[in-house]
Amino acid sequence: MKDNPFSLWVYLSQSPLLWLTVTLLVYAATDAVSLATRRHPLANPVLHAMWIIGAFLLLTGTSYTTYFAGAQFVHFLLGPATVALAVPLYENRRRVAASIAPMLVALFAGSVTAVVSVVLLAELAGLPREVVLSLAPKSVTAGVAMGIAESLHADPSLAAVAVILTGIMGAIIVTPLMNRTGVTDYRARGFAAGLAAHGIGTARAFQVDEIAGVFSGLAMSLNALVTSFLVPLAVTLLVR
Amino acid sequence: MLASLGIILLCQLIGEAVARGLGLPLPGPVLGLLLLLILLLARDRFTGLAYGPLSKGGVETASKGLLAHLSLLFVPAGVGVVQELDLLASHGIAIVLVLALSVVVTLLATVLTFRLVSRLLKHGDAR
Repeated sequence: MKDNPFSLWVYLSQSPLLWLTVTLLVYAATDAVSLATRRHPLANPVLHAMWIIGAFLLLTGTSYTTYFAGAQFVHFLLGPATVALAVPLYENRRRVAASIAPMLVALFAGSVTAVVSVVLLAELAGLPREVVLSLAPKSVTAGVAMGIAESLHADPSLAAVAVILTGIMGAIIVTPLMNRTGVTDYRARGFAAGLAAHGIGTARAFQVDEIAGVFSGLAMSLNALVTSFLVPLAVTLLVR
Repeated sequence: MLASLGIILLCQLIGEAVARGLGLPLPGPVLGLLLLLILLLARDRFTGLAYGPLSKGGVETASKGLLAHLSLLFVPAGVGVVQELDLLASHGIAIVLVLALSVVVTLLATVLTFRLVSRLLKHGDAR
């Protein structure tokens, strides 16, 4: 290590440890700010951790592949965390069982609106066909959306970007929007958050209220199923 | 704690295997969620199942630990978006506007339908 003073940096920047640590520390900071502002929608911890780490990678000339070698340990936990949603669901099962009818109707209305609105708006904006197809599944989790985009011969990476952007915008906008509509029913508010903005909306819902989080997780799971059937159908009917 | 995490991973593993094996249009973890829910409900019915991680709130504590920082788990994927912003290059503003409008319309349609049906059926446990 004596010959090159940068060899330590080279070693560190290639090892998963550095980027795992950066991810955790930056998130800890943005989460602390979010708490300090009493969970203000604009202080969304995912949004700010995203661009701070992104800028950090750009400044150090680190590739996303190198970054992900460390961050994958965090990313991996998304699957187990989805399974873990069973526990709050179980604990609130009576409340959920009593809301089956409004949930199913809202699921149908919401899924159709999510797909149809984005396809029509994208066509209206004159976006090319491949972009329209890639945006169509934007309200479901990235894994499912990429699968749908692939089956339509669209661009899975663009689909993933659309999913994350939708999640972040939904998580920021949901609280002020719901306050404006005057809906104080946290079942309905959470269900809308999870349906429109998948996991990032669900994370937001859990910050606001546990019942909202439970219904959000349900909406996210159910919407993944409905959207997989709906997008190919909507695309056949709506895309020129 | 370790056994509880093991149960959660096992549910996901079975979920992934079934989803892929049968080619279901559902993510494996969502099937895993269903499986864990069934396990928890079965435990209340058959006391013989209330053992190890399924007793004394074991799996409950582990799950709540995982969910406590759900936002953190989206950061690695989110950073990927920052890196791929050039994908949006030629149509960037139009795409962001389309997505923003669509998410607002979707939120409103969902929440209002939910409230409407709930009121029609007088489920009345709204807060």
